[in-house]
Amino acid sequence: MTTLETILEVKNLKTTFKTDAGDVNAVDGVSFKLPKGKTIGIVGESGSGKSITALSILRLIGSNGQTKGGEILYKGQDLLKLSEDKMRKLRGNEISMIFQEPMTSLNPVYTVGQQISEALMLHQNMSKKEAHLRSIELLTLVGIPSPDKRVKNYPFELSGGMRQRVMIAMSLACNPEILIADEPTTALDVTIQAQILELIKDLQDRLGMSVIFITHDLGVVAETCDYVAVMYAGQVVEYSDVRSLFREPKLPYTIGLLKSLPRHDIEQTKLEPIKGNVPSPYNMPVGCRFSPRCPAATDLCRTKMPLLETDEKGNQVRCWIYSEEWNGESEVEIYGETRIAKGRGAKTVLPD
Amino acid sequence: MTKYIIRRLLQTIPVLLGVTILVFSLMHLVPGDPAQIVAGEGASEQTVNNIRERLGLNESIPVQYGKFLTNALQGDLGSSVRSGRPVMDEIGSRFWVTVELAFYSTIVAVLLGLIAGIVSAVRHYTLTDTSIMVVALFGLSMPNFWFGLLLIQWFAIGNWMPEWLEFIKMRPSGWGDEWRQVILPVLTLGTGGAAIIARMTRSSMLEVIEQDYIRTARAKGVSERLVTYRHALKNALIPVVTVVGLEFGGFLGGAVLTETIFAINGMGRLTIDAIRTRDFPVVQGTVLVISVIFVLVNLLVDISYRFLNKRIDLN
Repeated sequence: MTTLETILEVKNLKTTFKTDAGDVNAVDGVSFKLPKGKTIGIVGESGSGKSITALSILRLIGSNGQTKGGEILYKGQDLLKLSEDKMRKLRGNEISMIFQEPMTSLNPVYTVGQQISEALMLHQNMSKKEAHLRSIELLTLVGIPSPDKRVKNYPFELSGGMRQRVMIAMSLACNPEILIADEPTTALDVTIQAQILELIKDLQDRLGMSVIFITHDLGVVAETCDYVAVMYAGQVVEYSDVRSLFREPKLPYTIGLLKSLPRHDIEQTKLEPIKGNVPSPYNMPVGCRFSPRCPAATDLCRTKMPLLETDEKGNQVRCWIYSEEWNGESEVEIYGETRIAKGRGAKTVLPD
Repeated sequence: MTKYIIRRLLQTIPVLLGVTILVFSLMHLVPGDPAQIVAGEGASEQTVNNIRERLGLNESIPVQYGKFLTNALQGDLGSSVRSGRPVMDEIGSRFWVTVELAFYSTIVAVLLGLIAGIVSAVRHYTLTDTSIMVVALFGLSMPNFWFGLLLIQWFAIGNWMPEWLEFIKMRPSGWGDEWRQVILPVLTLGTGGAAIIARMTRSSMLEVIEQDYIRTARAKGVSERLVTYRHALKNALIPVVTVVGLEFGGFLGGAVLTETIFAINGMGRLTIDAIRTRDFPVVQGTVLVISVIFVLVNLLVDISYRFLNKRIDLN
């Protein structure tokens, strides 16, 4: 992984929102790297801060939110320090985004052609006519039938899947370096979901862009991503290549997530859910944020926040079990799986 | 589209029929004998009978209504009791004066209202926003006749205003073709309307700004200015158009007080004078004309939706 060029690196990102009940740290120290040409999945439950992370990258979090700390390095420059004007030149041009709600994400009073053309005229200095022709090309690219007619349609004349294709066409208009896809398939039918995922993957291969794929669906991650950042309560808790994550998830939370998925390769009568609920942002646990729900939590977990530790493969995990300070059992049983702890006990188990 | 317009036109027929019934009833809702009222208290039996004859009050009410309706459809609204001239002629000369007043006032209301509303929405919850909204609330609460009088006092009478304001001094000759005489009445009517439009635009804009497609536009790299004017405003204008339509209609009917204050010979003055002199046919005529225009303006508003919002399925 270290050999790959990193196109985007998020370091210790902190985004807070002002609410009537006080400030909420929606994103609290998120770090991850996006290697060029690869796809990173950001997974997590609702409210874990995935979308806010994505919007923070584009600096689109709205007036009551504020990015309070950290760095977002794109090609070496910190996006958080760019002027609004320079940032605007990146949006939709070098970094573009598609959203979860295709039904409401397009402006109802303009044709899809006008909306795609807008980005082209803005960033590529195209004339109206050139942009129109390019819009038709883009609609063809995303697999919309009779694009020369569809280009004149208003959003309400298209189905959800079609609208998401239009959104994709719009985001790809200027050949972006990075595409941020925020749950692009959540609002769609399963059959359409598969088509859209296929389309994004295919376009990525053809255009060589890097993708940040935000989802709560681990199935989607397995299918589309090269790397995964698992988020929990505003933090990245595990970062790993997709293979390692599914073969041997380290974090109890990730293990729990995978265990709660229905599987067809083994006989199952009952799914094992993670007990408890996501903590309220107003009342975060003091130590590890997953500790109140974690089957392996010790006093250490409940009192001190673990750091995101990196292993020799470059994978990261935020869990005391894998640190030197771990003082529990050396073999830890988590949702029926055994993990070998590092630290004092582990030294006797693992040969050097 | 044509089909829709035709259907909406047909739909206005029952509304207009209702209006004629109400207008016709006016005369009969007044307590006492209308003929006696028109003639005045000291009138002789003979005069009262003559007037009753002229107004057609001897016939049964359905027959009277039937006649009223057939005549009205042919553009005959009877003749003024006072001047003896056909009501249509009485209205004709003054109708355009009122339309002109209402038209200019609407322009002022729309211009001021839109600008204030947009600025307020773009800078929401700032001092600018609060100030504009306070002024708008003031404009909304201020009765026309009072504001009109104040304007006259400030700009037309008295000489404590700076010299450069001279040009908007009212002329004693009343409503004419000179544009400076239009300013004060138009301001009187227009500012009230502007206040309503400003508040409507602001709330509509604030709602639209929260929409997903605005976020999409920003994610595309569209500047804040274009987000406001290209993406938000067109969507936000849809409810505002309704208000503008209603305002215009309201100006036509509601110019009564303004016309009286500024001595403008429009429909409003005509109505007031007719009421004062118990000239029933003229009252009926003016109310009917204003109502018909109101209905038509609303129809226009409905049709204009189509051009603003493609989603509204008119069929």
